[in-house]
Amino acid sequence: MSGHGHASFGAPKDGPIEGVPSAGVPAEGEIRIGVYVCHCGSNIAGVVDVVEVARWAGEALKDQGVVVSREYRFMCSSPGQQLITDDILELGLNRIVVAACSPHLHENTFRTATARGGLNPYLCELVSIREQDSWVHTDKAAATAKAKAILAGGVERVRRNTPLDPLIVDINPSTLVVGGGIAGIQAALEIADAGFHVYLVEKDASIGGHMAQFDKTFPTLDCAACILTPRMVSAGTHPNITLLTWSEVTHVDGFVGNFTVTVKKKARYVDEDLCTGCGICQEKCPKNVIDEVYEAGLGYRKAIYTPFAQAVPRTPVIDRENCTYFIKGTCKACEKFCEKDAIRFEQQDQELTLEVGNIILATGYDIFDARKIAQYGYGRLPNVFTSLEFERLTNSAGPTNGRIVLRDGVTEPKTVGVIHCVGSRDRNFNNYCSAICCMQSLKFAHLVKEHTGATVYNFYIDMRTAAKGYDEFYQRVMEEGTLFVRGKPAEVTEAGRLPGEEGKLIVQVEDTLAGRQRRIPVDMVVLSVGLEPRADAKEMAQRFGISCSFDGWAIEKHPKLDPVATMTEGVFIAGCISGPKDIPNTVSQGAAAAARVLGMIQQKHMKLEPIKATVHAEQCSGCRICNTMCPYNAISFLDAKGVSSINAAMCQGCGTCVAACPAGAIAGTGFSDEQVLAQIEGLLSVGADGTPLKRSAYPVAHHQDDGNRPTPAETVRA
Amino acid sequence: MSTQAPVAPAPAEEAGLVTNFEPVIIGFTCNWCSYRAADLAGTARTKYPPNIRLIRLMCSGRLDPTFVLKAFAEGADAVMVSGCHPGECHYIEQNYKALRRFQLLQRTIEALGIEPARFQLVWASAAEGVRLAGEIARVTEEVRALGPLGWPAGDIVDIDGVNLDAAWEATGGDEGGPPESPGGVNPDHAAAELPAVEALP
Repeated sequence: MSGHGHASFGAPKDGPIEGVPSAGVPAEGEIRIGVYVCHCGSNIAGVVDVVEVARWAGEALKDQGVVVSREYRFMCSSPGQQLITDDILELGLNRIVVAACSPHLHENTFRTATARGGLNPYLCELVSIREQDSWVHTDKAAATAKAKAILAGGVERVRRNTPLDPLIVDINPSTLVVGGGIAGIQAALEIADAGFHVYLVEKDASIGGHMAQFDKTFPTLDCAACILTPRMVSAGTHPNITLLTWSEVTHVDGFVGNFTVTVKKKARYVDEDLCTGCGICQEKCPKNVIDEVYEAGLGYRKAIYTPFAQAVPRTPVIDRENCTYFIKGTCKACEKFCEKDAIRFEQQDQELTLEVGNIILATGYDIFDARKIAQYGYGRLPNVFTSLEFERLTNSAGPTNGRIVLRDGVTEPKTVGVIHCVGSRDRNFNNYCSAICCMQSLKFAHLVKEHTGATVYNFYIDMRTAAKGYDEFYQRVMEEGTLFVRGKPAEVTEAGRLPGEEGKLIVQVEDTLAGRQRRIPVDMVVLSVGLEPRADAKEMAQRFGISCSFDGWAIEKHPKLDPVATMTEGVFIAGCISGPKDIPNTVSQGAAAAARVLGMIQQKHMKLEPIKATVHAEQCSGCRICNTMCPYNAISFLDAKGVSSINAAMCQGCGTCVAACPAGAIAGTGFSDEQVLAQIEGLLSVGADGTPLKRSAYPVAHHQDDGNRPTPAETVRA
Repeated sequence: MSTQAPVAPAPAEEAGLVTNFEPVIIGFTCNWCSYRAADLAGTARTKYPPNIRLIRLMCSGRLDPTFVLKAFAEGADAVMVSGCHPGECHYIEQNYKALRRFQLLQRTIEALGIEPARFQLVWASAAEGVRLAGEIARVTEEVRALGPLGWPAGDIVDIDGVNLDAAWEATGGDEGGPPESPGGVNPDHAAAELPAVEALP
């Protein structure tokens, strides 16, 4: 291996350069390629003979237009990059191939170096001989042969690279936030406080989300309403926030910076401008309805209602399905007593069209349906509760005014069992950990102790309390005397067969620490149910053009480095839409998504990656096969011209339409047929042993050659 | 420089048998999942046979069937396509389109006389470097067992025993243009095929 800084083959850096007309200016149409092979210290050079690869490229690929081929210790270093920039200027290079690490690491570095030399950055190609060669192979001869093949592929490809310019689009400074839970509220307030307009769309009658249902929040035990409601009020009164509750996004068109969003504003049957939120209508409404949403089925509301006392906005909605007037045609008690004449039985659903530049999705989660685990008896055994029901029981504004009682509404439990991981970490339901259930269950144990002094058992698989103050809270609950049984209960039953079990619920569990089966009689069981994606998560992902996992959680652009962005430019995610999260993480994500949006707004316009598909109208037969291929609805059919057309800003560059077009009328920049076919030729010009590979005699899909050189295959045959 | 010294051919090689056959495989990978899985295999130094050469596409949905046929024609012994797992496509659902094309194309190549095992589809997420490396090793061994594709292996003869390679060369081969004379070719066939040959590019 060479110990010197760098060596060059083909054309010496100083001295006369053979074949260069004058001062490095290339002849018209002539392709002049510079090849740079990186040692990466010993990362590449330890396995691949980089000196040989560079020498070989300088000689064997001369006909392909390689005028200089160098190797250097660290191409990504300043002097390494300078080699490229200098050679472009001095040797008149018009294409660059760097054989080094993965394009995902340093493509931008070398494109920037290429641009500094005055070339279009897309005329530079980075091929990976580290991640895909030296790091994964041990046979030096084979790895060197493979490096030559990879390099030849890059050289063939770069010949077909064309200068590309990023597409520039304006950014509309308005933002749409979907979901009025704590994540959406946080995001909306951050953007609104920065001086930009936000539309906050919420499907329920009030913002607040799940957090509004909770009593206390772990581990600090501050009251959820006390910290949430001031934020709700700020969001409701902020001059920069347009609150659209009882509304749903039905359609999204457009692209980053320029989305057109259709929102269905469901009829409230109450005039929002006139209503003062005095509440007289709710008082006078004669119809009681079980509140399945906010009170989790434990309490009642009226047919005209606001979900809870601190609702924002204060304007109630009429539940058309339960309203006596809508059913029987008479009643109108609310109308009679409303001093402002704000009741509007004739109101219709409205369709609004919003123009926004960015979208934040903060639609949250659903809870696991505990009925699916029949052996725990939820829905069959009255005193088995879900965690959400228990939240309502302990809430002083809830149906029992904060008294923890059995389903009869009177009896206080003397023993309570809390079962963790219901529907989570369970192969039959959800494999993932719901992240919040351990802490939630510990909170329940504490609240039961505090409110009733009852004995509490927590049945857990593993205790997961990994965040600030969480493990300290666990210690505290242990010191308070909660009993912990490590084991996943097999069953909850009321079939008592031992003394002391009559009239009780018996939790059958294998205590894995004691190493034996136990039957623990309790009065009340609380199932700490896991979090699930929204039932309509997949339709919603499709509506906004983002992707979600098989479970239905939204997929981040990068799970670690870009957790609030999605693969769709201009669409961001915050909170539990991408997976279970506690409140601190949810709020952080709301703020982070807002920061990303503010960054976009401040730029005023942005550059889009120019990897796009375009239709050549003169070749398009109008068959429309491509129209259904695009998941982003970027392809439309121009009836007047009878051809398809692609909106470049909406196109994400996947290339499926390019491959599907039977007429070859769609060109995919950056990954054109010519580029890929040429790369295949290059990759296959070198055999496994480094010698030329024999090629079939059949002429299959020759790339459109520029005609000034033989193809590698022709060279081999000659 | 570091190439091995020439070795006298083994008796089996002299007899025309291939020994120590090293297949060359072209792998098409998706920019978001399988290419990143390959990067991850590299970062984790997970070893796999050096027979595969990867091409990056933005999505497995970009795979034009022509690319696969081109690779076979250029001398590849096998082609591997790799994309995101079903339901996890970064372009929402384009890997399903790749799957459909794959199934159709596999039947087509089988009809052309290429073993289906020479064209394989492998799902790999960005986190599955070890899985991708394992699949590459598996495909390599399967293709090694199949032997070289040799497409075409020697002269191609049609059902009447006419040497099509010779006929093709007689037309001027790849260089195009009609032949001076159809010498050596069954005159019936030559007459029948000449107009078609003229129409070739």
